[in-house]
Parts: sequence; C-alpha cells; structure tokens
Amino acid sequence: MAETHDGATRRDFIHVASATMGVVGGACVAWPFIHQMNPAADTLALASTEFDTAGVAEGMAVTVLWRGKPVFVRHRTAAEIEEAGAVDLESLPDPQADADRAERPEMLVLVGVCTHLGCVPLGQKATDPRGEWGGWFCPCHGSHYDTSGRIRKGPAPENLEVPPYTYISDTVIRIG
Amino acid sequence: MSGPNFSNPVVRWIEHRLPVFSFMHHELHEYPTPKNLNYWWNFGSLAGMVLVIMLVTGIVLAMHYTPHVDYAFASVERIMRDVNYGWLIRYIHSNGASFFFIVVYIHIFRGLYYGSYKAPRELLWILGVVILLLMMATAFMGYVLPWGQMSFWGATVITNLFSAVPGIGDWIVTLLWGGFAVDNPTLNRFYSLHYLLPFLIVGVVVLHVIALHRFGSNNPLGIDLRGQQDSIPFHPYYTVKDMFGLGVFLIFFSAVVFFLPNAMGHADNYIPADPLVTPAHIVPEWYFLPFYAILRAIPDKLLGVIAMFASIGVLFILPWLDRSPVRSASFRPIFRIFFWVLLADCVLLTYLGAKAPEGIYVVLARIGTAYYFFHFLLLLPALSIFETPRPLPRSISRPVLDPAGSVAAPAATSKEAP
Ligand code: HEM
Ligand code: FES
Repeated sequence: MAETHDGATRRDFIHVASATMGVVGGACVAWPFIHQMNPAADTLALASTEFDTAGVAEGMAVTVLWRGKPVFVRHRTAAEIEEAGAVDLESLPDPQADADRAERPEMLVLVGVCTHLGCVPLGQKATDPRGEWGGWFCPCHGSHYDTSGRIRKGPAPENLEVPPYTYISDTVIRIG
Repeated sequence: MSGPNFSNPVVRWIEHRLPVFSFMHHELHEYPTPKNLNYWWNFGSLAGMVLVIMLVTGIVLAMHYTPHVDYAFASVERIMRDVNYGWLIRYIHSNGASFFFIVVYIHIFRGLYYGSYKAPRELLWILGVVILLLMMATAFMGYVLPWGQMSFWGATVITNLFSAVPGIGDWIVTLLWGGFAVDNPTLNRFYSLHYLLPFLIVGVVVLHVIALHRFGSNNPLGIDLRGQQDSIPFHPYYTVKDMFGLGVFLIFFSAVVFFLPNAMGHADNYIPADPLVTPAHIVPEWYFLPFYAILRAIPDKLLGVIAMFASIGVLFILPWLDRSPVRSASFRPIFRIFFWVLLADCVLLTYLGAKAPEGIYVVLARIGTAYYFFHFLLLLPALSIFETPRPLPRSISRPVLDPAGSVAAPAATSKEAP
C-alpha cells in the first residue's frame, strides 16, 4: 500500500473522504425531513391579525387570537396608566418604562402568555382576580403582573411580551 | 462466551449483559456468504432499504395528513404546496411504492431463476410471498388515502371483489366499508391499517432474514457451499457491494422523483373523489395490472376473483410443484427457456391489464392467464421428471480452479428422499 511520509495510506484517505461525503449527503437528506416540522406556508400566512380597537371601551379588555395565541387588548383607565407610570423602575424584576410598552398609553396590547411556563393569566374579565398590582394574575404558579403587564411577583422571569403591531388606521391595529 | 473480543469497555459491559454486539458481528460481519453472488443478489437488501424509506416518509406524511372525506384531498394538496419540502416527501413516498414493487419483483424473479425457493429455503420463500401480499394490501390502502377519483373508484372496485363470495359476499363488503358505499368510515379504517401493515412487514422481514441466515444465500450456481474456500465474509465484501447497488438505485429513483414524479401515477387522482361520477377508464397502479388482467380475463365473477388470488397462491406451493433437485436455471436448459416465457407472459399481462377489456385484448388476456397457470401447475411438475439437467460443478471454487472438474448431475447431487 502506498504510504505518504507521515504514515497515512491512500486507503485511509478513501475512508475519510467517503465518510465525509456520507455525512454531508446524510445531512442534506435529513434537512427536508426536519424542516417539514416547521410552520408550513399557510401557517405562516396566518401570522398577522387585524383588530379594530374602536369597540374596546375604557376599562374593558378583549382577547384576540394571533398565531394561535391570545393577545390581550386592554383599554386602560387614567388611574391605571397613572399607576403604571409612577413605578420606580429599579424595583422591577424586568425593568421597562410603561411608555415603552404601549404605542398609545390608553390601549395596551400584550401577548397573553405567562412568561413562566405558558399559561394564560387571568384578569381580562372584570370578575377575574387581577393580582396584587391590579393587572393580571397567573393561577398556574402565582405570577402577578401590573397594569402595564410587567412581572412584579412570582416565578415568571419577564414582563408579558408586547407583540409587534402598528396602527394601520385611526383605530385598527395589525398584529404581527 | 464465543465471538469477537471488543476493546471498548462500554461495549464490553453491554455485551456481557446483552449480547447484541456479538449478534451483529456474527450476522453482518463474519456471516459467510457465497463468493460468487451476482448483482441480482443486491435486490433483497435493496428492498429492505426501500422499506425504511417508505416508513420514514410515511410517518412524516402522517404528521400532515387528515383522514376525513372532507379534508383528505385538501390536506394532501397542502402537503404539496405549503408544507416545507412536502412535495419532496410525498413524491418519494408515492414513487417509492412503485420502486418497492420493481425491486421486489426483480427479487422474486431472481428467486424463480436460481431456484431459491427449493429445499431448504421453502419457508424463506413462503415468508417472501407473505411479504408480497402485505405489500399489496398496504399499497392498495395507501392509494385510497389522497381521496382522488382513482382512490375512490379503485377502493370501490377492489372491495366489491369480495361480493363475489357466495352467500355472504354482500355482508363482507358492508363490513369492509362500514357503511353502504366507500365513505368516511372506509377511509378511516384504511388509514389505520395503512399505518399498521408496514410494521407487520418489518416483522415478517425479520423472520425472512432469520430463515435466510439459517442456510445462507443461494448462489448463481445453485449448489451448496462445500467449505471455507467457497465463501467470503459478508462485511466488507457484500456491505460495500450493497452500498454501491444502493447508490445506483438512488440515481434512478431520484431521476423519477425529481423529473418524472407523476409518470407512474394517474392524472384522474388529482380530481377530488366524487361518489356520483365514475371516471371513464379506471386502472389500478401498474404493479397490480397483471393480477387485474387475470381477474378480467375470466368471464365469471367468482372464478375471476379466485383466479386472481390463485395467481399468488401458486407461489406458496411452488417449492412442491418444481421438484427438480437442480436449483439454478443455468443447468436446466428447458426450464431456462420457459423462465423467460413466463417473464414475457407477466409483462404481457401487465400491458393487457391497462387496456380496455374488449376485442383482441380479452383473447390475449385469456391466453396469458392460461399460460401462467400452465407454467406453474403442469409445466414445472413435468419438467422435474422429463428434463435432463446439465452437469453441475463440484463446488463454487471448482469451475474457476479446474474447469474440467465437474460431475454428472443429478446423480451426484444430494437428491431429496422422494
Ligand atoms: C419487503 C420485501 C422484502 C425484503 C425486505 C426482502 C429482504 C431480503 C433480503 C435482505 C434477502 C437477502 C439478500 C438476497 O439474497 O437478495 C432476501 C432473500 C430472499 N428473499 Fe426476500 N425480501 C423481500 C421480499 C421477498 C419476496 C416477495 C420474496 C418471494 C416471493 C422473497 C424471497 C426471497 C428468497 C427466496 C430469498 C433467498 C434468496 C437466495 O438466497 O437466493 N423476498 N430477502
Ligand atoms: S405559568 Fe404562569 S405562573 Fe407558571
């Protein structure tokens, strides 16, 4: 067997080359079988939702479905906005100013999924418990969110997520 | 404990408690294999690999398919248009079924030519025929799932075959349908069974391979191994040869999947099922055509159905129809001619199965059907008695080392007790 100066044979080269080829080929074949599990084109096409906020009166909250998840749209009262703005940011587990969380202060739009393990927090209905800060309360493991949807107490690590949305007319928002 | 010495301590620890490594070494590595196998011996392992391809793509399709008459067709179209690489996975599965039959038909004709069904491999052969039946049932029910026109009417025609059973025929058909026509209950049960049967095939393939490894592969000369010099270890010689064969196979397979994905399908199956309109010309998938031709060749409903099932039934008793002690057709001058006639007959029946059953086609189908049964039921038993085989080589190594060293057959072959 022909040997190179460092002792490797041509057969070693063939083994390494075929194994490499096999791995590359295998990966190319594997990819379609993995990627098929990702959202399909029609699922992605449903990735934005439009919603007219005109019907949400002050003090009222509505839940909209976006990408199969609930989105909370809450028309906050002046007192609630006031309360959310007055907080000392240093005292928050996930500091963020209320002004950065709402396009228009009165209309708060949040993904209604607890950042702990994914339950839907209570607080959309007037009769729901809203936690110690008057926002939302997650019954699964006891997370309290304030009137800006920020985490104040409990196991959840982050504030309720603000989805990407824009006003496409005076009252209609497009989420996603 | 016998077997190889493994150096890896983890392997040794497992091997001591669960001897899988020595098992694999024994069955896949040192497994002595005749050294003279030709490329027709590639098709068994190839069939196994196609089976794996079918299982993987099928399980993926099942993640996106909806078995309901209102959604099935649309869910398949969604797979084709919206699911990432769904078109690829579906085309691999649908064309994979055709290629599975191509591979297995070649595998079967290999067995017919080289007499691989003869003692001591009768059960191996019978398990193969069981696999063939399971494959046909699986393919038939799979074809119903897209719920196109051919799906629906194919299902209607094939399930109606059972109405030919005297007395309880209608009862059986209603039972199969779960209603009074092919409908949602039928689709649901076909889906359930289409998922189940391939795993039964896997089980029978395991038995098939266990039976194979009992006596090892037959070989082109059809004679038994006479000692170590006649065999080589399975690995690396046949693993590499099988991998090479797989590569060649995949070239052809990919060519069809990527460039002719609908060539073997029927356009009507892209029309959603309509229980009120039968397509002008319904034909089964090509791999069922010879059996379909036999069915239609016989003017009587019940006898047609019986003939169709009997055409596979004769394969079960083939080891007892062909009693010649010489396996390989290479040493059976008359048998060899008729082997090719049988192959031509099967090709003819395939062609006729796709033609409208009228005029000359009916006549030819009857001749083809008659010949098929003549071959198995009369010719083979007669040849076993009247044919004089050519002399057999003394061993696999002999024809190479010593061309003159052959002896007269069949006197020298170990004849079975009558
Ligand atoms: C899913 C389908 C099948 C698979 C996966 C399969 C697998 C195999 C494998 C791996 C071998 C050994 C390699 C070889 O000799 O080619 C083999 C041998 C064999 N198979 Fe199959 N098989 C299938 C279907 C069939 C069918 C339908 C028949 C017959 C009707 C059959 C009859 C035989 C016979 C007789 C042998 C022994 C051949 C010999 O040693 O000459 N098989 N099979
Ligand atoms: S999921 Fe909300 S607190 Fe655990």
